[in-house]
Amino acid sequence: MSKRVLIADDEANIVASLEFLMEQAGFEVRVATNGREALEVAQSFVPDLVLLDVMMPEKNGYEVCQSLRQNAALAQVKIVMLSAKGRDIEVAKGLELGADAYVTKPFSTRDLVAKVREMLGA
Amino acid sequence: MLQPWAIALVSLAYLGALFGIAYWADKRADAGRSVIANPLVYALSLSVYATSWTFYGSVGRAASDGVGFLPIYIGPMLAAILFWVVLRKIVRISKANRITSIADFVGSRYGKSGLLAGLVTVIAVVGIVPYISLQLKAVSASFGLLTRYPDVATPAHATVPILADNAFWVAIVLAAFAILFGARHLDAAERHEGLVAAIAFESLVKLAAFLAVGVFVTFGVFGGFGDLFGHAAASARIAPLLTPFGKVSYADWTWLVALSMLAVVFLPRQFQVAVVENVDEDHLRQASWMFPTYLLAINLFVLPIAVAGLIRFSAGGVDADTFVLALPMAEGHQWLALFVFIGGLSAATGMVIVETVALSTMVSNDLVMPLLLRYGALGVSRRADLSSFLLAIRRGAIVAVLLLGYGYFRFAGEAYALVAIGLISFAAVAQFAPVILGGLYWKGGTRAGALAGLAAGFAVWLYTLLLPSLARSGWIAPSFVEQGPWGVAWLKPYALFGLAGLDTITHSLLLSLLANAGAYVLVSVLGRPGPVEQAQAVAFVDAMRRDAGPIRVWRGETTVEELRVLLGRFLGRARADDALAEYARGRGVSPDALAAEPGLVEHAERSLAGAIGSASARVMVASVVREEALGLEQVMDILDETSQVIAYSRELEDKKRALEAATAELRAANERLRELDRMKDDFVSTVSHELRTPLTSIRAFAEILADNPDTPADKRQKFIGVILKETERLTRLINQILDLAKIESGRAEWHTEALDLGELVREAEGATDALFREKSVRLSTEVAAGLPKVDADRDRLMQVMLNLLSNSVKFCEPETGLVRVRVACEPGRVRVDVVDNGVGVAPEHHERIFEKFRQVGDTLTDRPQGTGLGLPISRQIVRHLGGELWVESEAGRGATFSFTLPTTGSGRREA
Repeated sequence: MSKRVLIADDEANIVASLEFLMEQAGFEVRVATNGREALEVAQSFVPDLVLLDVMMPEKNGYEVCQSLRQNAALAQVKIVMLSAKGRDIEVAKGLELGADAYVTKPFSTRDLVAKVREMLGA
Repeated sequence: MLQPWAIALVSLAYLGALFGIAYWADKRADAGRSVIANPLVYALSLSVYATSWTFYGSVGRAASDGVGFLPIYIGPMLAAILFWVVLRKIVRISKANRITSIADFVGSRYGKSGLLAGLVTVIAVVGIVPYISLQLKAVSASFGLLTRYPDVATPAHATVPILADNAFWVAIVLAAFAILFGARHLDAAERHEGLVAAIAFESLVKLAAFLAVGVFVTFGVFGGFGDLFGHAAASARIAPLLTPFGKVSYADWTWLVALSMLAVVFLPRQFQVAVVENVDEDHLRQASWMFPTYLLAINLFVLPIAVAGLIRFSAGGVDADTFVLALPMAEGHQWLALFVFIGGLSAATGMVIVETVALSTMVSNDLVMPLLLRYGALGVSRRADLSSFLLAIRRGAIVAVLLLGYGYFRFAGEAYALVAIGLISFAAVAQFAPVILGGLYWKGGTRAGALAGLAAGFAVWLYTLLLPSLARSGWIAPSFVEQGPWGVAWLKPYALFGLAGLDTITHSLLLSLLANAGAYVLVSVLGRPGPVEQAQAVAFVDAMRRDAGPIRVWRGETTVEELRVLLGRFLGRARADDALAEYARGRGVSPDALAAEPGLVEHAERSLAGAIGSASARVMVASVVREEALGLEQVMDILDETSQVIAYSRELEDKKRALEAATAELRAANERLRELDRMKDDFVSTVSHELRTPLTSIRAFAEILADNPDTPADKRQKFIGVILKETERLTRLINQILDLAKIESGRAEWHTEALDLGELVREAEGATDALFREKSVRLSTEVAAGLPKVDADRDRLMQVMLNLLSNSVKFCEPETGLVRVRVACEPGRVRVDVVDNGVGVAPEHHERIFEKFRQVGDTLTDRPQGTGLGLPISRQIVRHLGGELWVESEAGRGATFSFTLPTTGSGRREA
């Protein structure tokens, strides 16, 4: 059974590129364009990994991360935070809130896919 | 009915009642519930000024001089206006220095001089003796008149043996009561609450009695004021009295007013009630009007009674001084007559008691004690307990003064009307004016000057008033007055140095005050004040300044025990302990832990001053404190030190305040810097985020294309399209960021010219025409005619218009969208409105849309492709050009973006 990946980002182009990459890697993909939507889809989709943008409307990536971690059902989900904000404190905050990885934009597509594969053990 | 014994009985009963009031008031004061601590009582006590002179003498004067009796009441009324200034200063100084009498005040001011205080006492006693005799005369005459009821004629003077003389017995009785009222025990502060209460009461009684007889005469005997004065005008004898000044000249009026202004404060009894017995400085404020009101009331019927008397007793034979009593008697109203007698008795006893108490205090503190201390008679300095001895001296003084008063009455009083006698006393106490007023306002007055002034003034007074008065009664040869001593004409007492033609009082006053003030000023200026004098001068003259504190000039060594023993000798053991405990309380230590510091010594000196006068107190304390004689140098050093300390602490205060202000400023600046730093960080962070976002897409798709060569062509086109678009976006963004940064930092280039806004707007429309057509949004323009030009940068302004137009298109619905552009003229400026009927902007977002990178419309599914910098840049541009850009809108009802620009020559404001 293929692993499931949830992509949460408000930039349509970025979503498109991530979608392409993940599908090409053989994962099942769902998309959310804001924080609230991300949590809803996560509930129903129960992904194995979430690519989570930080700067999103309605709930930002940090809040989503926190909520996901507090949810028992989603405790095992891998969370990879994506952000154009790369300052140390922001990275630290993400990791503190429970993210498994923090990737700054612009990212290397190859590196990102490799990392996802590694995390999902695929 | 009106038998001598009956009258005597009533009189004693009245005096007893008065004493009862005094006793009760004293008891209340001991219990801490003083009855005299209110301004009404204070003002009434000041009314002890009105004695039997007022009661009987004024009518007598009015009968001969008409309205000329009035000046001596006008004076106090005028003086009352100055109470708040002059009297308040005296009261404040006296309280601070525990001054117990007028002699004490003068002595204290000029370096605690015992000699000066003694001289003042002598002048006071000699000066007041005539005044006391006048009271005795009034009482005995009225008593005699009453007993002869209904016969009102004044008998010829007969010499009566002393023991059969009413006046003598009156003197004895008054002495006894004075002792009861004022010398029952020694009080450290010389306050006599009971006495004040009794005096206030008797002021009311005499006022009531006088008003009663006044009303009786005016409305009972005659038919009112009109009737009374009608009769008067008709009589050739009386009519002259009703002229404005009566029969007293204008010059004399002035002198009498001035004289009485001084008397109302410097008479010993006035000083006693006004200053020594004063409870609260604030009472002076109300007394300023209450006291004149009283004087007005009691003088209301003087002229009517005088006129009535002259009419009624036109046959003569009745002494005008007795009209007040004679009129009710002649009309057969014996009860009224008795009431009037009591009123007169009240007036007389009030004066006598207070005056003798004040004088006895002075005599004991400032005359006897210093002499005894100096000459060591009676082993005074070795006595352990002097309090009872002091009391005995006081009582003895009271009796002595009264006997002197009787003596003067017997030997000289018969020849004069009451008023004339009184004025002699006024002239005596007027001698205190130069030294006291000078002492209050001139730091240059010295002890030597004061001595010289007082001595000179007193000598002249003696020569020009007192001695001649004895001559009139035959005790000195009349030739002394008429031709001068040894026939020397220019030494004539009533025309000294040829100054003739003046009233005797005026003459005496003029010369004595001239000699007094002249000697005072001259000797003061020629001499040098000693250290203590200087210190006292500063303390007195500067007493009203808030920062003037007591100046400590005690240096030396002593022990608390020695001070305790010293105090005990004069105040008794109990009061001595009280005084020390009081000081300890003030310093917040227990009485056992007291140290013999200068403050304690000063406190002891002050407490002692209450019992024996400040001059003697100083001497006694000095004997206990082994003190080095303070040279002027040292006193000045102390004063210098003090003022330096004060100046230094003021400087420190100022520095502290400046420091606090600077710290606050620094803190605020720090806050601002931190905030700016934060804002800068935020800006940098946001900018980097905005730049990285398109970069992310570019990179991602470029990599995808690179790694997946066999992507289907349509997808490849799509991806390449995105790369191109995001590149454009990025470029645009970078440009705008740089633009904004340049404008904000002021490094942008501006090419200003005079523009026609209408023309520019049309140009902008042309440029955006394609945009509108694409989205099927209509655009209409209204440009007002005759638009003035504006100074602006063409390209920048075009940038603004394009921004506004493209925004409006963005937010309009296709087909139905309508954008209207209006250009109009307003006073001093031109205004452009861009109105659309799109989705509008909610009020809470009105300011947010002008913030960098903010974009409204996040909730839209169709996210607008903008940078979020358009409006901020537009606003900066408009502001730089001297105008303002803003929005008016509500959600769902379209938006109107407006900006104004000043017209050419109407002034520009740099944003």
